[in-house]
Amino acid sequence: MRKSVPALLLLLWASSAGAMAIERVTSPGGIEAWLVEDHTLPVVAIRFAFPGGAALDPPGKGGLAAMTISLLDEGAGPYDTVAFKTRLEDLVADLGFTASRDEVGGSLRSLKANLSEAAGLLRAALTSPRFEPAAIDRVRSEFVTSLSQQAHSPRALSGRLWMRDAFEDHPYGENVDGTLTSVSAITREDLVGFAGQRLRRAGLVIGAVGDIKSEELAGLIDEMFGGLPADSDETAIAEAKPVENGGVLITRRPVPQSAVTFGQIGPKRDDPDWYAARLVNDILGGGGFRGRLMREIREKRGLAYGVSTELVSFRHAGLILGSVATENARVGQSIALIRAEWRRMRDEGPSQAELDLAKDFLVGSFPLSLDTSARVASVLVEVQLENLGIDYLDRRAALLGAVSLDQAKRVAHNLLDPDALSFAVVGDPTDLTPTRTVPDPGL
Amino acid sequence: MVALACVALALLAAPASAQRFGAESFTLGNGMQVVVVPNHRIPAVVQMVWYKLGAADDPLGKSGIAHFLEHLMFKGTAANPPGAFTALIARNGGRDNAFTTQDYTAYHETIARDRVDLVMRLEADRMTGLVLDDKVVLPERDVVLEERRMRIDNEPEALLAEQLRATSFLHHPYRNPTIGWVNEIRLLGTEDALAFYRKWYAPNNAIVVIAGDVDLPEVRRLAERYFGPIPSQSLPARVRVEEPQHYAAARLEMKSARAAQPQWNRSYLAPSYRAGETAQAYPLQVLAEILGGGAGSRLYKKLVLDRGLALSVGAHYSPSAIDLAIFGIYATPKPGVSVADVEAAIDGELRQIVRDGVDPDELRRAKERMQAASVYARDSLWGPPNIIGAALAIGQPLDEVETWPDRIGAVTAVEIDNAARSVFVERNSATGVLLPDPTS
Repeated sequence: MRKSVPALLLLLWASSAGAMAIERVTSPGGIEAWLVEDHTLPVVAIRFAFPGGAALDPPGKGGLAAMTISLLDEGAGPYDTVAFKTRLEDLVADLGFTASRDEVGGSLRSLKANLSEAAGLLRAALTSPRFEPAAIDRVRSEFVTSLSQQAHSPRALSGRLWMRDAFEDHPYGENVDGTLTSVSAITREDLVGFAGQRLRRAGLVIGAVGDIKSEELAGLIDEMFGGLPADSDETAIAEAKPVENGGVLITRRPVPQSAVTFGQIGPKRDDPDWYAARLVNDILGGGGFRGRLMREIREKRGLAYGVSTELVSFRHAGLILGSVATENARVGQSIALIRAEWRRMRDEGPSQAELDLAKDFLVGSFPLSLDTSARVASVLVEVQLENLGIDYLDRRAALLGAVSLDQAKRVAHNLLDPDALSFAVVGDPTDLTPTRTVPDPGL
Repeated sequence: MVALACVALALLAAPASAQRFGAESFTLGNGMQVVVVPNHRIPAVVQMVWYKLGAADDPLGKSGIAHFLEHLMFKGTAANPPGAFTALIARNGGRDNAFTTQDYTAYHETIARDRVDLVMRLEADRMTGLVLDDKVVLPERDVVLEERRMRIDNEPEALLAEQLRATSFLHHPYRNPTIGWVNEIRLLGTEDALAFYRKWYAPNNAIVVIAGDVDLPEVRRLAERYFGPIPSQSLPARVRVEEPQHYAAARLEMKSARAAQPQWNRSYLAPSYRAGETAQAYPLQVLAEILGGGAGSRLYKKLVLDRGLALSVGAHYSPSAIDLAIFGIYATPKPGVSVADVEAAIDGELRQIVRDGVDPDELRRAKERMQAASVYARDSLWGPPNIIGAALAIGQPLDEVETWPDRIGAVTAVEIDNAARSVFVERNSATGVLLPDPTS
């Protein structure tokens, strides 16, 4: 029984999207930002991203993008590290930077009253970071420690093993944070060079949300980003084709529970079948008890606390990637069930009821998730990075709603390949035969 | 009536920001408290139902039962068979989940504003209508064991934190992990869960907080319709043993092949909003901010930036507890620096703050930061009902939550000095050291 729920949700979505009008703002200096005005709180959140991320780290310098970005708020312009951090703290502003494989970016959240001063700190961080030797030394130590933690964490290690195996020589297979060897090789010149070469206005996307009007934002954009060079950096990330070999890799670790990452090739974000794949993924591996995997593995058999899959859309490759963790004596059961459900979904596709539920959930839950300024600002950035169009939020419900059962079945059939699905296991499994063991992954 | 009284008190205390969240409250005839927190930014609501029981109320030998029951609350009722609850909410675009702490258990849903009746009906239904049998209970017990392996048993840092907590409290049930000890989880069964459920789940032991695009008359009408008819029941007294005097500082060292690097933790028994010297609860929050709140804090500046001894260091203190709280300090030594050197430096900072107190400028800045940051707490649908529900569930009055910024603003240097002197007492401390050990 469908009843009239989806129609109501479309209305809800339309009304909330209408309330959340997105405005295109162009600064006097010619930099564009998307803005959602919201004057209910004296708060402004800004997010931004520069194209080209860790996948462009030079050979042997893995972690360069991430380390550079981490050093931007460790002293800049007239402020040494202590002065910069103290100033930011007194402004009650949050400034953060992150690197991913395809982008480097950041976020600023400030009280309206302190916004202008906070923007000045962001400008300094982007255009005149100090890269003082003591700060480099400290941040390098943080990376070394974090890498060591990742290597000791079954969950993190299984994810890294899977990615390295799938992407072989492509930089997507490398860790965003590099390796112990590569971060030790990064010099101050590398960091300065990265900041100068890659933090540029061409390709920069910005989302702003909160207690600010467009004319005010226009001036602020130039204050924050106008000091950056305008031309674009020519470097490009190569297309990648992940390897899917149906393998089961095991790295032995003395832990009671085996952590598993699994996946295969998925659609890229600009694939016309992306919306159908998004729905099929939710039916197969959606969280919150909707997914078939959750029912078979957690609900019926108590084999895991959680199991879920997601579409991972890099700019130059797509994946459907999942994770599960099960005690060593039963992890083979979880893996066999995942393969079986993968096969069943490929062969039979979803039912009409499952498709309807997935649509209702994905359409209805999205606007409810836009409850914080920061969350809305990141959606504005994502939509721009993916080139989805400024009216995307108005079209999203219809794009999902238009997927037919036949299309969902076709996409499930073409997308899912249980024999190609590969697994990376870290733990001490006792009911599992590996295709390959990786005693020391050297990550 | 109740709401009026709260507003009056708040106005007396501090007119400037007395309406931090603008929450209003009333009580149903069966004793269930209902709180409405207006937020009209998006057409959505969050419903949170808080039960005044937590892991510290687990019977002796049944550690983990409150948390296990929280899982089992999703297993269906006569009216809504297993799976129906979450499927109905998902079909309506909503999300739901739950969590358990030492003092309370909370269930929450986020949904479109015009579906608030659905989630209220569902929560009312499972307040008394839960149906359990071994067929659903036993696989869920395995789920909890997997959750425990994932969160604790696979993670040496979490294992040490669990041991440290059990050492910080000698006798009080806060010493037991919320998820339970593994040997006791394995023995929990359907009857244990049902007995616990019948004992504690009742409208007069519950608070519902509705935040979002709703108003009080609408919530009152719906709450009276769905929760109103559920009869109250007599509740057992919440008996918790008192923590005895400590005479010896505790020290734990754990060596683990799975530890990536050394870590250092210290916890001091401290008053909370509801136990011990409760007047110190606000000064201690400001002290935690000054000492280890962020990159401008004393510990970070001294250990990380000035002396290069640690990669991270900080302090945490949450007074939100019915019984005593913990004032905690943690550090990760920089590679090549010994744990002893880091500990000595931290002890030096603690001695200095006990001896010399805080200076007026750093106090003023810390208070201004904390007050200003409280605006951010309103920048989400989920934050305000979470803060309010947690406070009410441990027995704080609503006006105390609404006036938190003013209470922080009123903290004096003398109060902080006194609180520091009474909390940083060696015999009330427990220190935990995690050491990597490739041979263990």
